[in-house]
Amino acid sequence: MEDLMNVVDWSRAQFALTAIYHWLFVPLTLGLGIIIAIMETIYYRTKSEKWLATTKFWMLLFGINFAIGVATGIILEFEFGTNWSNYSWFVGDIFGAPLAIEGILAFFMESTFIAVMFFGWKKVSPKFHLVSTWLTAIGASISALWILVANAWMQCPVGMEFNPDTMRNEMVDFVAIVTSPMAVNKFFHTVLSGWTLAGVFVVGVSSWMLLKKRNIPHCYRSIKVGGWVGFAGIVLTLATGDGSAVTVAEHQPMKLAAMEGLYDGNHGQEITAIGIINPDKKPGDNLDPFLFDISLPYGLSILSNHDMNAFVPGINDIIAGRSFTPDGTPVNTVSYAERMERGKAVRALLTEYDQAKKDGDIAKMDSLKDSINKDFKYFGYAYLNSPEDAVPHVGLTFYSFHIMVILGSYLLVFLMLILFIIYKKQGFEAKPWANKLHYLAIASIPLVYICSICGWITAEVGRQPWTIQDLMPNSIAISAISLGSVQTTFFIFATLFTALLIAELCIMFKQISKKSKENLETVKK
Amino acid sequence: MLTYEFFQNYWWLLISLLGAILVFLLFVQGGQSMIPCIKDQTQRALLINSIGRKWELTFTSLVVFGGAFFASFPLFYSTSFGGAYWLWMIILFSFIVQAISFKYRMKSGNVYGYKTYDTLLFINGIVGPVLLGVAVSMMFFGAEFSVNKVNILNTSVSTSISQWSSTHGIEAIFNAKNLVLGVAVLFLARVQASLYFINNIDNETFYKKQKKELLINTVVFLVFFLGFVALLLTATGIESNDGQFKEVEYKYFKNLIEMPYFFILFLIGVVMVLYAIIKTLLKSNYKKGIWFSGIGTILVVLTLLCIAGYNNTAYYPSLLDINSSLTIKNSSSSEFTLKTMSIVSLIVPIVIGYIWYSWYSLDKTKITEKELTDPVNEDKY
Repeated sequence: MEDLMNVVDWSRAQFALTAIYHWLFVPLTLGLGIIIAIMETIYYRTKSEKWLATTKFWMLLFGINFAIGVATGIILEFEFGTNWSNYSWFVGDIFGAPLAIEGILAFFMESTFIAVMFFGWKKVSPKFHLVSTWLTAIGASISALWILVANAWMQCPVGMEFNPDTMRNEMVDFVAIVTSPMAVNKFFHTVLSGWTLAGVFVVGVSSWMLLKKRNIPHCYRSIKVGGWVGFAGIVLTLATGDGSAVTVAEHQPMKLAAMEGLYDGNHGQEITAIGIINPDKKPGDNLDPFLFDISLPYGLSILSNHDMNAFVPGINDIIAGRSFTPDGTPVNTVSYAERMERGKAVRALLTEYDQAKKDGDIAKMDSLKDSINKDFKYFGYAYLNSPEDAVPHVGLTFYSFHIMVILGSYLLVFLMLILFIIYKKQGFEAKPWANKLHYLAIASIPLVYICSICGWITAEVGRQPWTIQDLMPNSIAISAISLGSVQTTFFIFATLFTALLIAELCIMFKQISKKSKENLETVKK
Repeated sequence: MLTYEFFQNYWWLLISLLGAILVFLLFVQGGQSMIPCIKDQTQRALLINSIGRKWELTFTSLVVFGGAFFASFPLFYSTSFGGAYWLWMIILFSFIVQAISFKYRMKSGNVYGYKTYDTLLFINGIVGPVLLGVAVSMMFFGAEFSVNKVNILNTSVSTSISQWSSTHGIEAIFNAKNLVLGVAVLFLARVQASLYFINNIDNETFYKKQKKELLINTVVFLVFFLGFVALLLTATGIESNDGQFKEVEYKYFKNLIEMPYFFILFLIGVVMVLYAIIKTLLKSNYKKGIWFSGIGTILVVLTLLCIAGYNNTAYYPSLLDINSSLTIKNSSSSEFTLKTMSIVSLIVPIVIGYIWYSWYSLDKTKITEKELTDPVNEDKY
């Protein structure tokens, strides 16, 4: 077992487990917060009790979801230290700052105003309450901003320099980190996907109530707000997804190749719309990458470069250092074998530097600095055993990416359809197809979650084996803890999170059922 | 004036302040630790609803404390969290279950029953303060670790920068000195909880019960707190001058003498806590003790954390290798990072301002039995 799964793999598994559980709850918080804030704004403006009742209905579900999101979130922050302690030092100077800023700017805002939101109805003015609801929603998005800035930096390290004296990377340009295209795209893509998820959730839950013929006006109100937020979310998620593809192509070409199962690239590269990966395919062999596939001509060149003739390198090309600009000029010509050699050379230079420092030989230290800086971008490659170690799991990356795209496209159509029907088909409840639509909406809830999780799997599995792209592979990022310790905590987390999820779902289902039977056209006095 | 050293000291002050605020807010855990003692369900509901409106602030303070420590002193984060793995993991487990327990305990569809959640709250109420106290205690009494940043260049042996004893934090939990502070923090949290309940809950029966609790908890707290102070003032600390480490007898006592302003703050803090307790016990219907006690607690903890790090003191002494001890200088982030975060930290007064205003707005109406038995009120735990 130890051969198959070592401390690195178990540490990754633990982080992935925590992140996936966390992400089950966060997007709903992000989107539902906005939806509730819009609903309460309508109530504030119209003073109509029905909107207050609708706001409170969704606020109840928001609260149930929020608590478990908080519970899983605390672990992620501390796991950087507990399981990835080398990482915490190696890039803590850069990575820690967004986490601290997230805490100061966002967490306190969320935790303070959510209390006002739930307990302040009769204790603060309606205006203060409304502001609190908006600040809770905004706080959640600000929180997402900083953690996504941090994540984007791991995928595309910018604004830093390596300091051989402290043996770590240090921040030199905060603005570059915050405004990197990877960070900007990631923030909007992720937060807006939360809007989509929440919109579909609201539509789905409302459809279940319509199916039961309960509180139909409330359901219509909810579907209108949720539908619009979800629709805006999916349109903008798709748009920012396009931006993400361009940044991935530029900074993480290996990830893009894995997303597409592309081994040998071309100018005017086609895109695989659907396919079945050949599980026996390895880099460098002559096997067909797919057992079955349907492709669209020029698609990948357009997606990744906005140029139908652009060259898109495949896995073999990247390993061999073979890529071209649209006009045929070679770029990225450093092969992975050479990167490994240069990385090892940098590592040796750093050992020399450390010795010179111990000897007080400042002249030698100065002379080594330039050489270290010149090739430091390949430092992480020193720890690879072969170029193929830098290839992520192609099957998992490919399938998760394609499931995300397919489901995302479906959600766009679904939300358009819902909005069309809710506005144009008055009394559609009487139509024979109404129940089918409700079932479709209910079924869309798990689909939107799958879509959302697949997005993260694509982003994170696709960048393996790197903790920090090109600079730090997982193998040197971990803490010096035993396999048994990580396995034990993994199973404790798995048990705890699963138990909490069961508790959350049972309460959520029960509350939806119970509340749906009450009159949601007025509020209790 | 705005030197690298200034920013390092500034961030140590902020970390100390955050830690101090966290200890004050542990009154939530102190209240949770009293749950099994309260059998009457209405009384229990009063208790849980009172602290249930504040738990997120404590939780957030812990998260921000961790995040700020990571950002400003990443070598501590790397060394302590990766090393004392089990200590931190047990703390985390207890906080995970706290986060959902308030919200879920009385909700329909609660499959585990409210008793399960009350038990989880109790566990967090005990484990949280004790183990956080243990973790802080290591900042004075040390831990068995070594740090070598060049390990990351190794090719044949472990590449881990910090190495810890094989028990990974378990040994710290069973260290008597650490436990003295841990127990002191727990009973301080219980003292604060009683003072908070007296201020926040409008119920005569509860008030009388909390006065009794206050007396008992104060006695136990004082025994352990004085024990800790005695251990601290007689402890040998580690001092670093220009990267040279040496052991210094009575280091923390000397720090108080050499930095008299902290000594004064410490005394003011202790007096405020005692004043709050004594006045609450002696004067009937005096309910504002939590504010004196809270500020006093913040001053005392702030002082303790400051003397742990200032005056060239190693705030994380290594018992294995004195040269691996962590100081403000050798463990901090770069000047650029500290400076950048310092700019962001200027917003902290605004954050404190809105927290205070929201707290004031919610607490100006005290929690009553009537509020909790009102069927229209659905926002209760």
